[in-house]
Amino acid sequence: MSAAPQPPPAAGRTLLEVRGLVKHFPLKGKRIDGSPAVVRAVDGIDFQVREGETLGVVGESGCGKSTAARLLMRLIEPTAGEVVFDGMGVGSRDLPLKAFRRQVQMVFQDSYSSLNPRLTIEDSIAFAPRVHGTPARESVERARDLLARVGLEPRRYAERYPHELSGGQRQRVNIARALALQPRVVILDEATSALDKSVEAQVLNLLLDLKDAFGLTYVFISHDLHVVRYISDRVMVMYLGQVAELGPCESLFHEPRHPYTRALLASMPTMDPDRRTEEAPLAGDPPNPINPPSGCRFHTRCAFAEPVCASRPPTLGSGYGGHPVSCLMHEPGSGHSAARAGA
Amino acid sequence: MNIAVDSTKIPAPVFERSPGYWSSVWRRFRRDRVAMAAASVVVGLLLLALLGPWIVPADPYQSSMLNRLKPIGTPGFPLGTDELGRDMLSRLMLGTRLSLFLGITPVLAAFVIGTCLGLLAGYAGGPVNTVIMRTIDVFYAFPSVLLAIALSGALGAGIFNSLLSLTIVFVPPIARVAESVTTQVRNRDFVEAARASGAHAFTIVRVHVLGNVLGPIFVYATSLIAVSMILASGLSFLGLGVKPPEPEWGLMLNTLRTAIYTQPWIAALPGVMIFITSISFNTLSDGLRSAMDVKQ
Amino acid sequence: MSARPSIAAGEPPLVRVRDLHVTFSGGARPVRAVNGVDLTVGRGETVALIGESGSGKSVTLRALLRLHPPRRTAITGQVQVAGHDVLALAARPLADYRGKVASMIFQEPLLALDPVYTVGRQITESILRHESVPAAEARQRALQLFERVRIPSPERRLDAYPHEMSGGMRQRAMIALALACRPQLLLADEPTTALDATVQIQILLLLRELQRELGLSILFVTHDIGAAIEVADRVAVMYAGRIVEEGPARDVVRHSRHPYTRALLVGRAGGQGEHAMARGSRLRTIPGSPPDLSSLPPGCAFAERCPLAQDACRATQPESVAVAPGHVARCLRTDVSESET
Repeated sequence: MSAAPQPPPAAGRTLLEVRGLVKHFPLKGKRIDGSPAVVRAVDGIDFQVREGETLGVVGESGCGKSTAARLLMRLIEPTAGEVVFDGMGVGSRDLPLKAFRRQVQMVFQDSYSSLNPRLTIEDSIAFAPRVHGTPARESVERARDLLARVGLEPRRYAERYPHELSGGQRQRVNIARALALQPRVVILDEATSALDKSVEAQVLNLLLDLKDAFGLTYVFISHDLHVVRYISDRVMVMYLGQVAELGPCESLFHEPRHPYTRALLASMPTMDPDRRTEEAPLAGDPPNPINPPSGCRFHTRCAFAEPVCASRPPTLGSGYGGHPVSCLMHEPGSGHSAARAGA
Repeated sequence: MNIAVDSTKIPAPVFERSPGYWSSVWRRFRRDRVAMAAASVVVGLLLLALLGPWIVPADPYQSSMLNRLKPIGTPGFPLGTDELGRDMLSRLMLGTRLSLFLGITPVLAAFVIGTCLGLLAGYAGGPVNTVIMRTIDVFYAFPSVLLAIALSGALGAGIFNSLLSLTIVFVPPIARVAESVTTQVRNRDFVEAARASGAHAFTIVRVHVLGNVLGPIFVYATSLIAVSMILASGLSFLGLGVKPPEPEWGLMLNTLRTAIYTQPWIAALPGVMIFITSISFNTLSDGLRSAMDVKQ
Repeated sequence: MSARPSIAAGEPPLVRVRDLHVTFSGGARPVRAVNGVDLTVGRGETVALIGESGSGKSVTLRALLRLHPPRRTAITGQVQVAGHDVLALAARPLADYRGKVASMIFQEPLLALDPVYTVGRQITESILRHESVPAAEARQRALQLFERVRIPSPERRLDAYPHEMSGGMRQRAMIALALACRPQLLLADEPTTALDATVQIQILLLLRELQRELGLSILFVTHDIGAAIEVADRVAVMYAGRIVEEGPARDVVRHSRHPYTRALLVGRAGGQGEHAMARGSRLRTIPGSPPDLSSLPPGCAFAERCPLAQDACRATQPESVAVAPGHVARCLRTDVSESET
């Protein structure tokens, strides 16, 4: 195991803040009790992204991390809650949507479908600046400059089409495209998941270089825990549309507090042939966000669940000090046997 | 600050400046021999339509009761004469004009109108989509032949009214295809990325959506040309379209009806022309579709 | 004479592949996907084929079932599975062989299972195709299979359609389908790549369990070294259509001798012990990108990206060298110790 957890880097000021964000997708039909059926993709999340950090977001299918990314980008409208950027509400008069778009950009997972097959690479990258008023020639120049920054020689690649590039090269183009508006925050939604490991390593190095060069802040969404551990300063674990745990990377990986986080980390395949996993940490499949369990959403699969967990939903708090976790065991006075009496 | 540019500078496969999408489509099309044959026939027909009046061997309107229904191979009348003694060959050649015109024009008009409607419905989604598509469905519920006849009957005979009714017949299917393709493209990541860059919907449609949907819609529309021609011929046959003495293949089929008993081959000739033209357009459209359908 | 990994004395291997070449025609130039693969899988043994895209691992796997379109594919070499000469089988014996001797599970169950039939029906169909048993008995066996792959409420699930099941259950159903006719060899093409972490480990453990209980041999293709370590007894690393290193999992992971294997192990973010990458430092990457399979160099395909490459490497294909009992590597520089790479 690696050395003792290092303290997180000096935290910058809060750049992006999410308060009570909720997104329900309506479904046809009704539930048994007559209420309309909805997919509770994101069901109340609160967190902050600090300037200059990389916030890793992990979770399995149905946890809502991709929906959360799209809510952050305002590609879909939230059912409730708000997103605040640099103290200004997104979409408010202080920060209209178009201006917000210059600040936060996104890189998607599928490198091929992220690029218009009919446009050349440089046209794809130059599109966003042109939309915001930059004259055509300057936009193209900026596109070529960015191509060079991401390691693709402009003379060779600028006038090519997406289908002529490999997956790793296309992803570099997507990164260049995201940087074209000179944003402060870049959301990477499984940006390296579809790449071969060796190509992924190159792209990760590039992301780190760019972060230093441009002073970027990253929100890095991935299901690959190794990568998240490598690249993140803080990590947020999501389960069924809510935040289970949120803390500094190393202390979260070293001493996970939420039972789900523990199970998730224990599920990573071993790299040690002498110590193979003998028992699956968690049984069953990630549940469906249409009918989440009552109380704590994880209680149906939790090894530490008690009756109170089914009736009382935990809140995300730092009960006994340490990083925030959403579990009754860490909530003073919650009624769970592992929790101490209320302060 | 020194940025470590990664060493991805392996020699990329050396080829010249990449061809655009349409030139690679053309290259693929050129290799398809059947499609090229169909294309040449279509080009020939178009030329015939353009140059018709100047290259007909005889006067298509000159009738002569003495020369009624002369068989094929008669000297001076290579394909025989019709029931009024007019040269079949010249009438067939001149008929290309009208028939092609009636085949292509409604489809072209419907292409423009249908694409606009479909784009709007597909991109806007929601209630706009519902209103447009359900209205279109009403028209779609009628079989095209009946709809064409009903509209022509209501509007009256004549070329312009035929064009109008045919256009109305073709707008719904084209709009449907347009809407479906637009919806697919709209959900692709690069459109989302364009929205994420703050672009206005109109810009997104113009730059990103249009280029990707025009192809499939165009291919579908070309497959309708043959249908349009046949419907127009049908309308003329029923007396709802072109009026005599204009040479139009459908009309010729009508007027030569009774000659089936005496000169069956001549009576069939306009049908043969319709057949050749339809097949060529359909094959052409098929070839286009294959050429465009590339795993890029 | 090149070395071959030793097999348990006296036991003939279940799978013996010799000098397999698979070339695809149809494009501008023929694509040489597999270039001389030698592979053996013993009875009850799990071998993992590790590689990235373009390494030829999936192509090798599919060649064992002859799944490639015959007109565009040229396969040469020898493929022996349980005494059957797979490449020489005619149509009918081939259909008998598939499912009964060797069967396959795929990465995406939704694509591999027929959406219009219930999973129970698909399993009984497979059983009835290969064995003449009454339908009721086939259904009984399907039920037992579901229990064996640990699908909860198996009775009910037999009548479910693929889309009604969750991802993990679908994968289990696919495994049940593959085992329906009690094959001796299970071919697994990245079966856990598309699954969540908590489900992936369940499936990997299930495969290990099935191997123990049924004496099944498994050939497991993956790009994830961690998954390979969890299931495999032996590991073979592929690059550009050739096996560049092969041996017991422990040896290959702990004492890798081919520069590519080492680069794969070291260059990934994560791992433990000596493979752990320190945060903040840059990952060690392999420069360049995989070779073009339609124009392979005469020598070692990895030479252009290899930190240890010499002229001899580029001239001719390196032979397999035995670096330890049962452990071979195709490299001229196996003498270089790990710390020097």
